[in-house]
Amino acid sequence: MTAFLTIIIVLFVAVAIWQMVKIFDLAQIGESNSQIATDNDNKLNAYMMLIFLAFIYIITIVCFVKWGDLPLMSNSASEHGSEIDNLMIITMVLIFVVQTITQYILHYFAFKYRGEKGKKALFYADNNTLEAIWTIIPVIVLAGLIIYGLFTWTSVMNVNEDNDPLVIELYAQQFNWKARYGGNDNTLGKANVRLINLDNANILGLDESDPNAQDDIITSELHLPVGKPVLFKMRSQDVLHSAYMPHFRAQMNCVPGMVTQFGFTPTVTTVEMRETQQMKDKVANINKIRVEKSKELAAKGEAALDPYEFDYLLLCNKICGKSHYNMQMNIIVETQEEYDAWIKEQKEFKNSLIK
Amino acid sequence: MSTHADTHAHEDDHGHHHKETFVTKYIFSQDHKMISKQYLITGTIMGVIGVLMSIMFRMQIAWPEEPNVLFEALLGKWAPGGVMDADIYLALVTIHGTIMVFFVLTAGLSGTFSNLLIPLQIGARDMASGFLNMISYWLFFLSSVIMVISLFVEAGPAAAGWTIYPPLSALPMAQGGSGMGMTLWLVSMAIFIASSLLGSLNYIVTIINLRTKGMSMTRLPLTIWAFFVTAIIGVVSFPVLLSAALLLIMDRSFGTSFFLSDIFIQGEVLHYQGGSPVLFEHLFWFLGHPEVYIVILPAMGIVSEIMASNSRKPIFGYRAMIASILAIAFLSTIVWGHHMFISGMNPFLGSVFTFTTLLIAIPSAVKSFNWITTIWKGNIQMNTAMLFSIGFVSTFITGGLTGIIMGDSALDINIHDTYFIVAHFHLVMGISALYGMFAGIYHWYPKMFGRMMNKNLGYIHFWVTAICAYGVFFPMHFIGMAGLPRRYYTNSNFPLFDDLANVNVVITIFAIIGGVFQIVFLYNFFGSIFFGKKASQNPWRSTTLEWTAPVKHMHGNWPGEIPHVYRWAYDYSKPGHDVDFVPQNVPLKEGEEELQH
Repeated sequence: MTAFLTIIIVLFVAVAIWQMVKIFDLAQIGESNSQIATDNDNKLNAYMMLIFLAFIYIITIVCFVKWGDLPLMSNSASEHGSEIDNLMIITMVLIFVVQTITQYILHYFAFKYRGEKGKKALFYADNNTLEAIWTIIPVIVLAGLIIYGLFTWTSVMNVNEDNDPLVIELYAQQFNWKARYGGNDNTLGKANVRLINLDNANILGLDESDPNAQDDIITSELHLPVGKPVLFKMRSQDVLHSAYMPHFRAQMNCVPGMVTQFGFTPTVTTVEMRETQQMKDKVANINKIRVEKSKELAAKGEAALDPYEFDYLLLCNKICGKSHYNMQMNIIVETQEEYDAWIKEQKEFKNSLIK
Repeated sequence: MSTHADTHAHEDDHGHHHKETFVTKYIFSQDHKMISKQYLITGTIMGVIGVLMSIMFRMQIAWPEEPNVLFEALLGKWAPGGVMDADIYLALVTIHGTIMVFFVLTAGLSGTFSNLLIPLQIGARDMASGFLNMISYWLFFLSSVIMVISLFVEAGPAAAGWTIYPPLSALPMAQGGSGMGMTLWLVSMAIFIASSLLGSLNYIVTIINLRTKGMSMTRLPLTIWAFFVTAIIGVVSFPVLLSAALLLIMDRSFGTSFFLSDIFIQGEVLHYQGGSPVLFEHLFWFLGHPEVYIVILPAMGIVSEIMASNSRKPIFGYRAMIASILAIAFLSTIVWGHHMFISGMNPFLGSVFTFTTLLIAIPSAVKSFNWITTIWKGNIQMNTAMLFSIGFVSTFITGGLTGIIMGDSALDINIHDTYFIVAHFHLVMGISALYGMFAGIYHWYPKMFGRMMNKNLGYIHFWVTAICAYGVFFPMHFIGMAGLPRRYYTNSNFPLFDDLANVNVVITIFAIIGGVFQIVFLYNFFGSIFFGKKASQNPWRSTTLEWTAPVKHMHGNWPGEIPHVYRWAYDYSKPGHDVDFVPQNVPLKEGEEELQH
């Protein structure tokens, strides 16, 4: 309904403007070349250029102030996350400066050099020094960014298997996630979707004869011990999915027919993250919004929304079909003791099969 | 199609005039000017469909799962009770992308202006092959019709995203839209590619062979350079997409396994073995990335031309502009991997593609600064086309700068496939190219239709569009940086994103206003064909050859001999001349030097 009203209002505004244009047009009858910009048009649009420049600056400021707490640039929960955040901040500052200056120059020139009858433009076709300047400066700046970026990328993507990472498989299917832990031997058993047997609940297609598979643990919630390197092996059984863990600055596609990988070390437990001031503010804000929404829902006779509590999330970030928008799994980062206690309670693969 | 015989009547005294029927003149025309109008009008109609779709899915994002009369009216069974279905949401997103990228910004932009301007600006009677040109348009028309028909199939149109990654696009059981809808999508695209190749070959041959006397390559207007290089990129990269589409058709219908392996879906194992979806991604993006330059280069050419003409100044750094077009074209073919940093390909490849990708910023920066210098100390005539050109530079800078973030593999990890990328490519490629297209339409409308568009309507169109474009896409960066993935039907299952809901409402309101105001343009465009003020021969006082041709269209473009060219295309405000422009066909005065540009 809101949408419909909006459209109606916009239509009315459009009609009003159209009428005004007609009046302008009628006032110009008799002028030759009446559809070519006159000095008046130049002046009007030149001032509009300044207003538009102000609009660009205002929208930039509003975005940064209102929505720019940028939770994903400041509170990474993984070891490599802060490297990425640093690179992001440096790049953002850089492009912010360039954006502010070039937009100013562009719109200011458009304003300042507006056409007037009798004025003659400067015949200025070339200047090798200038060309060299704005070739070389970007070269230097970009060289810096490329080198910094490549170092970061290499260190993020480099999986060091010497420090004995916890190996976890992330298994994607339309439309949910499963996690598989290696069990006591920390080694994932062999698996292929061709071995899936729904009758005996071998849902991930593990090789039932592989000794490494016997103690594997399959869960629908991802628990990670804090401070311990984790190496994720991603699989998908049907279409492309993408395992996106924004708080850990981690993402990798899950590709049917191959195993992809991504490793990181979580540094902040879920409980600690909930206690940070930034997260408290964010959650309080979200809950305020949810309370408002609940009132609306109650008026319509629908159930109220649950209050929100922060949890790390694994989202699907590659279009995968109808319920793509609701393919998620909770991630719980906890202390080693809590993790040990949790994993002990989970069923091993050999015991989860229906005999 | 327009049917106003009098404006386009042929001059009876024209020598090689031959008899024409309605069909050969307006439908199966081989005249490049008519074909360019056909491209433009078909592209405009497709554009209306594409924009309407975007407004619908924006409404769904802003007011998720709420009944909406618009949905009920337009989506029928896909919106029971006016609530949009999740499948059709994905289909709308997919077809919006396909239509805007290929049908509007490739065929509508490049097809229109390459056809109109190449023969007129290089001084040729017509394209090298008028017949191929006609075939090219009608294949495009056919592919448009098939794409539109695909909207009406039972199980829904293609819905796997405009990138149609398999296995989602290959398996009808994965998604309703991957059945007949996807088949039609692939057939439509295959025909589209054939059309695009015929067009491109024609453009290349025409530019190389049919330049008039004196029109050396370094006297060509930048528009022609841009169309020339665009056509080359198209010939190099479109066949690769065709091969990808053909292989996908084989996988879908003939049981091959190019892109598929080890799939278990809906309780059964499929026979596919040994293929790789990543291979499809490589093939797709080998076209997909050059495609964005196929879209943006013609807009750059158009903007360069219009900026020089309306600033009454030569384009700054003509040779640097050509060099940067060539550099962009070359680099565009070796950067496709930046769409695939997290696809599972070797991270080392990611490093290589980061390197090549960030290099593109250099020629882009050169172009931007050259445009800014072009308007410096100019005598800027604020015609609508000029406003759109300045708008182009503005959105190109804003959108281009964030490319430095997207192109950096380490940063891409966390913003890949979020709204950040949506904001980035809409500004740098979508909106910019659209501005280029609008600028071109306003500027060459007198050439196409012999009449002027209304300038006041043009001003309103520009300013509302400019504000709405920023209003839509600027805040989108920020919801992307907050981690919101694109292509989500609703975000209500993620309380984490609840605080972004109001931003989405703001964006949608801007989108609705911006979309509705395109009616001003449509009214101005179609209305002026019949009621516009009659145009003079050279209304913008430009130097290029098309303005030396008579207002009334005729076969062969010029009565009598084709004009010869004596100077480059940018002699604006040249000292020593009384007027502030010297057309290319005016011989050098005694003692006048042609600029060592």
